[in-house]
Amino acid sequence: MEQNRIVWDGNMAASQAMRQAKIDVVAAYPITPSTPIVQNYSQFVADGDVDGEFVMVESEHSAMSACVGAASAGGRVATATSSQGYALMIEVLYQASGMRLPIVLNAVNRALAAPLNIHGDHSDMYLGRDAGWINMVANNPQEVYDLNLCAFKIAEDYSVRLPVAVNQDGFLVSHTTEALNYLPDDEAYKFIGDYKPHNPMLDPEKPVTYGAQTEGEWHYEHKMRHEHAMYNSFGVIEKVLAEYKELSGREYKFVETYQVDDAEEIIICMGSVAGTTQLAVDKLRAEGKKVGLVSVRLWRPFPKEELAKYLGKTKTITVLDRSAPLGSTGALYNEVAAVMVDNGYNAVLLNYVYGLGGRDMTIDHLTEIFNSAKECSDAGKRVKPLIQTINLRGKELSFY
Amino acid sequence: MTEEHLLKGWEEFEPGATLFSFEGKPDQEVHHENNSVQHSVADWRVDKPVHNKEFCIDCQFCWVYCPDTSIIPDVDDKGKGIFGHIDYKHCKGCGICVDVCPTNPKSLLMFADHLPVEEALRQWPEKEEKK
Repeated sequence: MEQNRIVWDGNMAASQAMRQAKIDVVAAYPITPSTPIVQNYSQFVADGDVDGEFVMVESEHSAMSACVGAASAGGRVATATSSQGYALMIEVLYQASGMRLPIVLNAVNRALAAPLNIHGDHSDMYLGRDAGWINMVANNPQEVYDLNLCAFKIAEDYSVRLPVAVNQDGFLVSHTTEALNYLPDDEAYKFIGDYKPHNPMLDPEKPVTYGAQTEGEWHYEHKMRHEHAMYNSFGVIEKVLAEYKELSGREYKFVETYQVDDAEEIIICMGSVAGTTQLAVDKLRAEGKKVGLVSVRLWRPFPKEELAKYLGKTKTITVLDRSAPLGSTGALYNEVAAVMVDNGYNAVLLNYVYGLGGRDMTIDHLTEIFNSAKECSDAGKRVKPLIQTINLRGKELSFY
Repeated sequence: MTEEHLLKGWEEFEPGATLFSFEGKPDQEVHHENNSVQHSVADWRVDKPVHNKEFCIDCQFCWVYCPDTSIIPDVDDKGKGIFGHIDYKHCKGCGICVDVCPTNPKSLLMFADHLPVEEALRQWPEKEEKK
């Protein structure tokens, strides 16, 4: 299909996808670095480019609450937030997923205080890990745009009916301007389709209660129905991504890989660092080193089976976590370690905590990590600490 | 068969733990089994309100304030709204109706739940003189 080429940052890419989805209600409370998403959208409303409601509320807790109200009333709903706002939303994130409301949240990932910091890391995304939302990770503005369109279609599928968060790195993606392709408005809307409400509250012919209390004899069954929907979503996400590839020519997978087939050292990561790692892989491959990259696109539900396909033959796997685990290995490391155990794989595993509060992670740092992993590969066992830091000032800090 | 076997399995629920009020259209008033109309909460109550029509002026304050729609209004011969009866299946005994009753003596008073209404009416206090 003929597509338009344009220069957008990650925030504008999200706003434009939201505009094309013809949302009924956006309720939001702006917070850095996701503010421009809300700002752009309110401009579309003011200019008459969209005919939905824009509700400016008094907090993020209220923003997600208004989204829950609007979605249960039977509308297509989306919002955006970051960091402290995400943290304030967290109670209502569980309500939204438990009520099975297909809301789309643009989560522009930023560090959580204290100390206060406006720059990117994954501590907010990790906070929402168990909130029952589908979580996808976009590594650049093009992916933000594409995954937003797919998010509406995935969320609203009847066999899923779950909210979807599209994560992007604060500033590194949200404020980085890049050239990207976008679909014509009518084609984008046709792909998502008209919103089909399911048991809407504003149906006087069939009154319905949302948010009922379920005690011991009911709660477990409802939660497992939610769990089942989460696993159902694998098939739907795969189908939607395939349809999107057909339409746009851009392919997305649960886990993205680069040079993994014969790789002896693999880095597994999420977010914008994948792009930098790709460059580090190119550099080391040119030197004859067998290194590779796995970037996790789907954070929840976690694609255990997909990931397992790439980890059976490698010697050392280094997992990068962009959030301080504060007392254990990182959340992504734990997922990878579980996949290794489940499949009887026995590569050496290393974990780095990196990039907190927007700290740089350069090709040189990633080269250093690959070289450190190589020492473990050569020794056939872990000769480095389990949890390491990179680009941290002060005395060398590692654990185990 | 025990009650446990009558409860639904996880795959039988509507997504999102939603509950419905009616079977069919609302105007047919066939209440769904989940509708609170079908379920008594009388045993939540310790004291119950008793109505004494001798003093009631049909101001309807109790009907307005009752948080559980348990004051059921009626209409008299002239079409005027009047106090009907108390829905003891859903009244939780909060006593708000008694609190807002403006008459002297009150037309609604709380009595122990087990006390028969006739006995409660015999125990009704006299008009309180203003000092």
